[in-house]
Amino acid sequence: MTEKTVIKQRREPLFHIVKRDDMVWWKVWGVRAIAIVASILVMVFISSLLTGKGMGKTVEIMYRGVFGRIEKGSFKMLFKYLEETAILLCLALALTPAFKMKFWNCGAEGQALMGGLGAMVCMIELEGKLPTAVLIPVIAVVSILCGAIWGVIPAIFKALFDTNETLFTLMMNYIATQIIAYYVYIKGGGSNVIQPVEAGIAPSTGNSRYYINISIVIAITFIAYIYLKYSKHGYEISVVGESRNTARYIGINVKKVIIRTMLISGAVCGIAGMILVAGKDHSIRTATVGGQGFTAIMMAWLGQCNPFITAFMTAIIVFLNLGAAKVADSCYLNSAFADIFVGVVILCVVGCEFFIRYSFKFRGSRKGDK
Amino acid sequence: MTKQPAIELKNITKRFGAQVIANNNVSLTAYHGEILSILGENGSGKTTLMNMISGIYFPDEGQIFINGQEAVIASPKDAFKFKIGMIHQHFKLVDVFSAAENVILGIDEGKYNLKKSAEEIKKISEQYGFDLDPEKKVYSMAVSEKQTVEIIKVLYRGADILILDEPTAVLTPQETAKLFDVLRKMRDDGKCIIIITHKLHEVLSLSDRVSVLRKGEYVGTVNTNETNESELTEMMVGKKVSLNIDRAEPKDPQDRLVISGVDCISRDGVALLDSVSFTARSGEILGIAGIAGSGQRELLEAIAGLQHINSGEILYNDPKSGKTENLRDKTPVQIRELGVRLSFVPEDRLGMGLVGNMDIVDNMMLRSYSKGHSMFLERKSPKDLAMKIISDLEVATPGASTPVRRLSGGNVQKVLVGREISASPTVLMVAYPVRGLDINSSYMIYNLLNEQKEKGVAIIFVGEDLDVLLELCDRIMVIGSGKVTGIVDARSVTKEEIGLLMTKSGEEEKQND
Repeated sequence: MTEKTVIKQRREPLFHIVKRDDMVWWKVWGVRAIAIVASILVMVFISSLLTGKGMGKTVEIMYRGVFGRIEKGSFKMLFKYLEETAILLCLALALTPAFKMKFWNCGAEGQALMGGLGAMVCMIELEGKLPTAVLIPVIAVVSILCGAIWGVIPAIFKALFDTNETLFTLMMNYIATQIIAYYVYIKGGGSNVIQPVEAGIAPSTGNSRYYINISIVIAITFIAYIYLKYSKHGYEISVVGESRNTARYIGINVKKVIIRTMLISGAVCGIAGMILVAGKDHSIRTATVGGQGFTAIMMAWLGQCNPFITAFMTAIIVFLNLGAAKVADSCYLNSAFADIFVGVVILCVVGCEFFIRYSFKFRGSRKGDK
Repeated sequence: MTKQPAIELKNITKRFGAQVIANNNVSLTAYHGEILSILGENGSGKTTLMNMISGIYFPDEGQIFINGQEAVIASPKDAFKFKIGMIHQHFKLVDVFSAAENVILGIDEGKYNLKKSAEEIKKISEQYGFDLDPEKKVYSMAVSEKQTVEIIKVLYRGADILILDEPTAVLTPQETAKLFDVLRKMRDDGKCIIIITHKLHEVLSLSDRVSVLRKGEYVGTVNTNETNESELTEMMVGKKVSLNIDRAEPKDPQDRLVISGVDCISRDGVALLDSVSFTARSGEILGIAGIAGSGQRELLEAIAGLQHINSGEILYNDPKSGKTENLRDKTPVQIRELGVRLSFVPEDRLGMGLVGNMDIVDNMMLRSYSKGHSMFLERKSPKDLAMKIISDLEVATPGASTPVRRLSGGNVQKVLVGREISASPTVLMVAYPVRGLDINSSYMIYNLLNEQKEKGVAIIFVGEDLDVLLELCDRIMVIGSGKVTGIVDARSVTKEEIGLLMTKSGEEEKQND
């Protein structure tokens, strides 16, 4: 080469991002813990700026707002908190098998509403006609069936026609909401409110409803863990979720697994609806599930298909939600503040996964440079 | 020697994560007017090294000199400025564009003048002896033509340093010879050609010098005319390896699987298999040769019950009962329930044969998990099987509970083959079983297949390396565009004869007339 090509020299980039696959499990959880704690601290700091109260005081308001005064023997607040957690957890657990199968069920809201509707119809129509011991199983069966049917419709379409399950399940929510609105219109007698009825799976007064609702969800948590980890069904779900081709190769009937799993997913949503309607509210309205069906998607995602991690994450998020609402309430902030608070924390928890999967290499870190 | 160094690498190191060192302190030089082979086994860091020259990766340590000047190559655009062109293993072309359109794609200098570019392309083609119509659309091209477009693309941009990553993997022997002629012409024209390969005979017939990498380390460079296959292998593997594959005479071969007139038509109406008929015999290895995508996958999947066939019969002669079963239109589960012991090592190991995110134990269960009436899984015997395979086949893994995607290609294949053999099959189908494997692992797989052959298993071996097929198989069936173009005795046939059979159908037929 006679002519020298003059090329503008570039410097090495300031940093480049490198994929990593080698983080030990305790470091992974360390990163996640730091993300949770740091994001909470930042949000507490921001709230103390907004309210003029110190950070310590803000945390105290949150704590009192959620747990009340346990040390003085008042467990009412604690039970309320646990019940809230249980309901959200129940919805998240319902989504977990579907998510493990990579079937993005966004229809927990509608499936739970339909389950709740099933319970409500039984409660109104059969109250006084059946003894409680018979009515409770009837309510349970009907709500599970309603939820399962609402869940299996998109699954059938997915299995037979390969429709997009995300959109399908999402749209089913709106249909469910309108059905509830119609039912409330009929039964509410023009007032658009159904007066609470006495029938249900738990008495409407006293603390016993908390025990019942919470224990149902604790049982579901253990069953879900065992089902996913130790049953043949759970194994099939993982194989279908990881690779349809492998499932086909070893002779798993993929369509059957999709339909079966969504029956289960919808059924557990139905149970959540039953807890809400027959256990907690003893009435139904379009806002009975109140968007928790969507929050549950986040919880199932954060739980990474492990029911116990899901339970842990749900407990944290419900605490923050209630606590931040209390801060907003007692310091005259807009109620949307609680949503912002929780949104930021969830964003940080999800975002920290980036630092688990990738690392940065800076310019100066190269060895051997002069 | 008056040769000018075109590119010099000094102490290049590249890491992925803390444990994977793809290149460690590699230094090498390539001159203008020479063909340099980079030789190494899969995973030895050849492609990573070349990707750093072509701007896809950035080295963690070390320097690159182009024509004697230090160069920082941070993007493929930079590489292009330094007149470096890389031809990747997987082509990067737009299907609906013509050859000329693909060539000028992304060049922002000068006016868009397709006619002038087409003339330029013709000129380049004539200069080096390419055979290419600039107007032809990429989707109607054969693989070798697409490769030609890729090469002309970098030449058109004025590349002086050409890097070819495994260019012969997709070519027939005849096409390979043609490519080598072109590359020699370019060398004589003063260009620097770097070719990445793991095929020894190609290295010896083509290149001037060979640089060998082993496990990311630079081993050394030798002049091609001063070396031989066994020396190169020793450099590559680090120890002496015997390169002979044993081939015993088949013992008492009996017809095990009789395929007759199998047709298979895709959803778009394309014939994937066209009246395929053959017989697989017990105690024999039947090789299947053909250009990639000629219907090999569909054929194996049809036998395994995964691909619907439109006509024809797949008959299985049970060695125990003596009965004959028709496997057509049966699902894998139904085939298993008939007592047919059919094992299948598919081409896509992690996407079909195994589940990458599951550990070895759970992958062992894939075949057997549904046994028994319990609702729950039984993990004891899969665990024993996993431990046995790990120790028998020397699988390098931290333990039985490591996800298989973390294992290297060879170990993944050992796990899969181990599982399929553990079912003591009567028919064993393997598709590209040594693709991406190092020499030692490859030979272990050949030995396992030979052991199965000794046991009287009918083996169907779909392969791409003709040298291996010729040494390992008893008979070789060649397919082209879904048709059987010949079944030959592997002991007497030559590579060239198989190469001719491979192209002897479909569009190629017209050209041969």
